[in-house]
Amino acid sequence: MGTGALVSFSAQATSGDVGVTTTAPAGDTSGQATGAPLAAEGGPPTSSPNAPDKSPEPPGPGEPRASTPTSPALVSEGRTLFHEACSSCHGANLEGRKDVGPSLVGVGAGPAEFYLSTGRMPLENPREEPLRAPPHFSDAQIEALVAFVASYGGPPAPIAEPSKGDLQQGFHAFTLNCAGCHQIVARGGLTVGAAVPDLQSATADQVAEAMRMGPYLMPHFSAKQIDQSELNSIARYVLWTRDPSNKGGWGIYNLGPIPEGMVAWFLLLAALVLTARLIGETTS
Amino acid sequence: MTGRRLDHRAQRAMRAGDERLGASGGIRWALRYVFPDHWSFLLGEIALYSFIVLVATGIYLTLFYVPSDAQVVYHGPYALLQGETMSEAYSSVLHISFSVPAGLLIRQTHHWAADVFIAAIVLHLMRVFFTGAYRKPRDLNWMIGLTMLMLAILEGFAGYSLVDDLLSGMGLAIAYSVALSIPLIGGQLGYLVWGGEFPGSGSFLSRLEIVHVFLIPAALATLITVHLAMIMRQHHSQFPGRGRRERNVVGTPMWPAYALRSVGLLFAVAGILFLAGGLIQINPIWQWGPYHTYLSENGAQPDWYIGWLIGALRLMPNWELAVGGHTLIPNPFWGGALFPLFVFVVMYAWPAIERRVTGDHRRHDLLDRPRDRPTRTAIGAAFLSWVVIIFAVGSTDRLFYRLHISYQAQIHFWRAGVWVLPIIVFFITRSICRALGRSGTHPLRQWDGTLVVRRRDGGFHVLADSPEGPGSLPPGPPLGTAPGKDSPL
Amino acid sequence: MSEKEQRDGRIRRAGSLIGMLVAGRALREALRRPRTLPASPPQSDEDPRRREIPANPRAEIAVTLLLLGAAAFALGFTTLYILDGLNPQLLGIAIGGALLQLSAAAIIAGKAIVPQETDVEQRDVLLQGPQVESVLEIIESGGEGITRRKLLIGAAGVAGAGFVTAAVTPLASLGPPMTGIHETQWHRGVRLVDDRGNPYSAADIQVGSFYTALPEHGNPELLGAGLLVVKLAPIFMHLPAARRGWAPENILAYSKICPHAGCAISLYRYPLYQPTSNGPAFTCPCHYSTFLPGEGGRVVFGPAGRSLPQLPLMIDDEGYLRAAGAFHEDIGPSWWGTRRSES
Repeated sequence: MGTGALVSFSAQATSGDVGVTTTAPAGDTSGQATGAPLAAEGGPPTSSPNAPDKSPEPPGPGEPRASTPTSPALVSEGRTLFHEACSSCHGANLEGRKDVGPSLVGVGAGPAEFYLSTGRMPLENPREEPLRAPPHFSDAQIEALVAFVASYGGPPAPIAEPSKGDLQQGFHAFTLNCAGCHQIVARGGLTVGAAVPDLQSATADQVAEAMRMGPYLMPHFSAKQIDQSELNSIARYVLWTRDPSNKGGWGIYNLGPIPEGMVAWFLLLAALVLTARLIGETTS
Repeated sequence: MTGRRLDHRAQRAMRAGDERLGASGGIRWALRYVFPDHWSFLLGEIALYSFIVLVATGIYLTLFYVPSDAQVVYHGPYALLQGETMSEAYSSVLHISFSVPAGLLIRQTHHWAADVFIAAIVLHLMRVFFTGAYRKPRDLNWMIGLTMLMLAILEGFAGYSLVDDLLSGMGLAIAYSVALSIPLIGGQLGYLVWGGEFPGSGSFLSRLEIVHVFLIPAALATLITVHLAMIMRQHHSQFPGRGRRERNVVGTPMWPAYALRSVGLLFAVAGILFLAGGLIQINPIWQWGPYHTYLSENGAQPDWYIGWLIGALRLMPNWELAVGGHTLIPNPFWGGALFPLFVFVVMYAWPAIERRVTGDHRRHDLLDRPRDRPTRTAIGAAFLSWVVIIFAVGSTDRLFYRLHISYQAQIHFWRAGVWVLPIIVFFITRSICRALGRSGTHPLRQWDGTLVVRRRDGGFHVLADSPEGPGSLPPGPPLGTAPGKDSPL
Repeated sequence: MSEKEQRDGRIRRAGSLIGMLVAGRALREALRRPRTLPASPPQSDEDPRRREIPANPRAEIAVTLLLLGAAAFALGFTTLYILDGLNPQLLGIAIGGALLQLSAAAIIAGKAIVPQETDVEQRDVLLQGPQVESVLEIIESGGEGITRRKLLIGAAGVAGAGFVTAAVTPLASLGPPMTGIHETQWHRGVRLVDDRGNPYSAADIQVGSFYTALPEHGNPELLGAGLLVVKLAPIFMHLPAARRGWAPENILAYSKICPHAGCAISLYRYPLYQPTSNGPAFTCPCHYSTFLPGEGGRVVFGPAGRSLPQLPLMIDDEGYLRAAGAFHEDIGPSWWGTRRSES
């Protein structure tokens, strides 16, 4: 709609948002991890042409950090598993594959732990959204894979301690930062380009890992924006949403007016219509 | 008639009343008043009784509600909102829900009653349409009914918006944008209703309360009275059957059976609504939190009777009329204002349209079965499916996503589908009606078991009482008079 | 256009023209044809009247029990109200149960105890020609002797119009004039703060997240108050030339209020790995309008008719984010005459 048009029945051209991509950052390091890489076998590069566009945020100073178990044996087992299941998209040396999978160098234990424990990885089709599923690997295998990925550097995995969190603070922060995508009681939803998962199965640590990392299209939140105490509170709130305060009775999935409308029509009005049929004359 | 002597006291009371009011004639008329007895004639009553529950519970709630948007800090029993800033209105509803005995029960009953009230009206509207009961002399009453539907929808929206929670606050913002989108006057209209730019001046909530608690209920009560008075003047319509003619009414007298059954329905409505109000949670506003203009949540939906509008708003492509660097007709106008206006105008005009197209200006008191008027039924089904599809677009996004259909794909599909599907519904409905009409199955059966079936040549045919079912006895004398034989008056 | 396409186009146009002519003729025929009225339903000559006495003592006992049960439940409600008034489930069962038992009692009484009758009443004749004539005559006779009938009626009409106008006029006081709708609290120098009042510094804003900002010392409830603040990686930055200076350090600020229908925009997507998913965008949860922050808030999906208004930012000497000016267009939902963005 240019200034030349005097009267226009304008339809702002929408560019069919699905699949809009811009070229992958070649050597762009503006989002790289700032944490110092841990000692690694084989000295992998700290930056890579397939680097992800968001790097996982490290814990702030003085914040608790998960201690990722690591040993040469574990890392070696992890390497074997990785080569079988992950290297086709993430490269043999975690360097990533152009337009297929990001580099995992320097991402640290958090993202690995998150994606594996929620069953989102391994991913059949890299173009599809990774969705929660029963984990492909056993706990021991996940430990090994995490140790392997962590050996390539990156921040330690974040954790959350819900018992130290404040429910009111968590509700407040969740409403402001998370409810827009995850719904007010974490029942999940929809956005343009992705389904937003409900958080009913999420553990506190998974909440922390996702928040600091920003899986798929989710934004990530640094300690500057959401410090550890707020993180604890948000995790506590998310766990609370599994059994929210349904003082009014049956919560009908806490989704709001849609299940309410269904109850009104198919339960209440249906019961009343049956009563009317009892009272009045009927056709056969 | 039964031979029992009436109680002496009852006699004295009646005589005392009649000395003063002379109402015994009217009472006699009322007691012997005949109601045709089909169950589908009770749908309007379900709506009426829901309205009574609404008024009763609403009076209670209004005694506790505070219509003020002054910001207060919450210090009440609900821990998650402790220390939170919210409007006094929202805080008062939290108080009703958590601190007033039976407060939550009555609040939830009130909200369920609103949902059921409008659902019953819509079901009643469908019955009236598909049986042709809106024809002369009832076209006037049809329009009154439509007006009541419109008022009921506005009333429900106003009611749950008074609470000022996150969900209803978002809805009010959208209502504001629809008001603003009306060409020429929209901006000033929005300013007038809200007392300034959204979220409005301090007086918005108290004015909304007056609308919800007084103005619309008074209008509804008046219209209900006129609606019922007209029905009583014209007598209720009836299906064809044994003993039924255009000029008579066959049914159950008011006293004692019909009155008892009607009262039974009233208690059933109230009972089911209170049961739901206690057992099934509705609008848990403490979980949504208070409304602020800079907050929103995913999956926010209006109550079901506004669902058709959110569907329209989502489905519309982003067309706006702009001149130079200025918007003239903003996008929400099409889905939020023009669409509902169109639907209501078509419904208001329908009796006149049908009169014009069929040339039938006679008075009708005998009803059609939907299958007997295939074209009308098909048009109604198609129009209904058009509105229902738009409603579904607004609410089934999560459902389709489970089938791996992206939101964009859903919208693009339904932009075409919303026109194509009703046409298909039209043709399917029409052929079903014609097939049913030809086969003569599912005859009407009266209270006493007699059956009416349609003959192949198009007339009707009343079978005598038959325990074995239709067709087992020889058909009775053919009935059915030529059209127009009876005076149309 | 190729020759084949031209020929096809001509055939299509000719076809549709013929089709329209045929349809038009058919319609005219249908309207002109003498219509047969729809068949009336049959009218019965039988006498449907009856009166049956059920004489059902068992039903009477059932009704008695139901009534007593209803009384018990109702009393239960009162008891519960006193003992545990904050338990809506028990209270609902008590009063709902009482009402349902009452309902059952009334229905059973109405169907199985009292006499079941079918009766016939005649409908009133509604149109009574002579009466209507007589009414009209009476009304007309009220005007006997009046000479300037039309003039009086005309004057009454004018008076009516005048009074209706007068009656409607006070409505105008209900709404303030629309001055000020183009203004928000954001003008040059206003500092951005979070919802607890803490100011945002440029160093706080990181790539891959989004922040809600409000004006310092302002009223957060006003529509123009909320801002979305994001920082994008350079590859996503494609601002129009005129706005190059609006995003210091690639930090962008937009109105948080969707220009479609006024909801707060609270969905933000930022890809973890761009080649396999969509670029950064804001989406509104109400009707899913989607805007690109890297391209000046351009709409890429959804019903929003104009782009998301952008606020120019600057970084002050202490590193805090401040507005560098006011919005260049109107925020929030549009109305007749809303200013749109120039670019």
